[in-house]
Amino acid sequence: MDKTINQKAWFLVLPVFLVVAFSAVLPLMTVVNYSMQDTFGNNQFFWNGVGWFKELLDPSTDLGGRFLASLGRNLFFSLVILAIEVPLGIVVALSMPREGWTVAACLIILALPLLIPWNVVGTIWQIFGRPDIGLLGYVLNAIGIDYNYVSNEVDAWVTVIVMDVWHWTSLVALLCYAGLKSIPDAYYQAAQIDGASRWAVFKAIQLPKMNRVLLIAVLLRFMDSFMIYTEPFVVTGGGPGNSTTFVSIELVKIALGQFDLGKAAALSLVYNLIILIVCWIFYTVMTNAGVERKVQAASEPAAEPKPSAALKPVTALKPKEGVA
Amino acid sequence: MARIDLVDLAHSYGGNDAPQESFALKPVTMTWRQGGAYALLGPSGCGKTTLLNVISGIITPSRGKILFDGKDITPLSTQKRNIAQVFQFPVIYDTMTVGQNLAFPLKNRGVPQADIDRRVAEIGRLLDLEPYLNRKATRLTADAKQKISLGRGLVRNDVAAVLFDEPLTVIDPELKWQLRSKLKALHRELDLTMIYVTHDQTEALTFADTVVVMHDGRVVQSGTPAELFDKPAHTFVGYFIGSPGMNILPAEVRGREALIDGHVIALNRSYDNLPAGAKIEIGVRPEFVEVVAPAPGLLTARIERIDDLGRIRFARTRLGDAKLAARAPAGFTSADGNAGLKFDPSHVHVYADSLLVEGAA
Repeated sequence: MDKTINQKAWFLVLPVFLVVAFSAVLPLMTVVNYSMQDTFGNNQFFWNGVGWFKELLDPSTDLGGRFLASLGRNLFFSLVILAIEVPLGIVVALSMPREGWTVAACLIILALPLLIPWNVVGTIWQIFGRPDIGLLGYVLNAIGIDYNYVSNEVDAWVTVIVMDVWHWTSLVALLCYAGLKSIPDAYYQAAQIDGASRWAVFKAIQLPKMNRVLLIAVLLRFMDSFMIYTEPFVVTGGGPGNSTTFVSIELVKIALGQFDLGKAAALSLVYNLIILIVCWIFYTVMTNAGVERKVQAASEPAAEPKPSAALKPVTALKPKEGVA
Repeated sequence: MARIDLVDLAHSYGGNDAPQESFALKPVTMTWRQGGAYALLGPSGCGKTTLLNVISGIITPSRGKILFDGKDITPLSTQKRNIAQVFQFPVIYDTMTVGQNLAFPLKNRGVPQADIDRRVAEIGRLLDLEPYLNRKATRLTADAKQKISLGRGLVRNDVAAVLFDEPLTVIDPELKWQLRSKLKALHRELDLTMIYVTHDQTEALTFADTVVVMHDGRVVQSGTPAELFDKPAHTFVGYFIGSPGMNILPAEVRGREALIDGHVIALNRSYDNLPAGAKIEIGVRPEFVEVVAPAPGLLTARIERIDDLGRIRFARTRLGDAKLAARAPAGFTSADGNAGLKFDPSHVHVYADSLLVEGAA
């Protein structure tokens, strides 16, 4: 391989390097700087070392207690919406038509919630759920269910979860639908001939063919719900009490409400770290799932029945699919 | 185990009211005998896959009936018909092992586990899949996957017929031959009706004892490979089977003579009652025309090139506007590019509107 070596090419990378440095690295370093200090305003800073971090991870302090509680609420929230949205998305995708004008109609209707800005979604549900003028709140109370998301924690949680399901199930459904569409008809025909029941078709064909898009859906939904801020903030403002205060809401309260820059900086760094780690785990799992198959296919050719010498290098060299 | 009868069967994707010319499968009545090895041969889009899917029940025909052993099964779903089908691209249940793949159709039908194990082992042995039964099916090569698809059909002991829809498309050339021989051997061993769809005449002629040629939604001829070669019932069959295909030349036919450009070509039989107004052509395979030195009384053609196929040489010639391929005997050369054509009268057929006319002796 004769590769032209041209050091001047680095100049082409320079603009990106500068943009990233000024937009990401430098601000991040500012945050790191804040996280090591305390301030009482007036631009006076005092060195605090890793004090904030210690406090953050210690549940007995005010900061640590608030952080860990909101983290727990956040994980619980993510878990609940994943447990609802993924199966629901699959069911929606399975019941969508496969051809005809109804496909377009379904796609448009499903895409609508995804197109609405977060704060508008929040406002819609905030009004929708109000017991005095909201359709949902009023009707529920009228039929004898005592519903008030402002004063009742369970009601607040239900509202926030239903809102997220309404907003984001479409995404899972659309991804699953794309996965389903890519299954050739022959699979269904073969399953018919094999006498497979609807459930067997789902288990043997549809679910395995969807697992890649499902992984992406779970990743996207987890990250989004873990970072959720606008919608619950608009609807409940984190209340009643602290019951729907998620990590990002807590962070904003500390940073902008109390103007505790040091604490907020430490919190946001840890928050960032958690997200990075989760991303890395997902990415590794997904990449490995793809690579594993290829490696095994390439390393076991001798064991395959009548392997074809002509085909082998092609399979081994095939670029990884769907890694990104 | 069954004889399959098609009675006035037709299918149109546009519904029964569409004009018949647009039917994907035009009305056909024919019988597939029990234990036969059939090839359904035709170019892409001729309706052969439609016919296959109608038999397996994936498509419900617009009209007509399908009988298995005389019993009308047209309204039955695919699951209820005793049909196995192998598709163009291997269909494998990814998450299952080879053994589980083979067991799948039996499991779905609620067969007891002991019977399943016995049948899977048996079919695994039959298809040389034994060493791979506990292995994930996704990692195997395309030909092994096709064998699994076939095995899923054979594993049921009630199967009446196995349908193949161009099953060797994705298989490497050298493995195609092996897999085809395997199919032949299985056919001899299992006494199953097999219907094999293909657009490759070599595949069709080597696999089948009866070849059914389809053209434009119609079954144009059904017969042994030798019959298709010697006596094509339709000019399309003559052209499609054989390489190069049959020469079709417009001619005037009177009694025992055909006239081309005023030259007389002798015929073996007498054709006195040809339909009036029909387009009359004669058809002769290149194997039965010989190029010789030009001589008076012989039709003269211009030689465009000579293809040397090793065991035989074919001269590609031009006769006015028509093209004609002919056998070039060893040592034949032409000084001025002209050659005389010598026809073998016993192999010259007469076609009226593309259909073979049987002459009188």
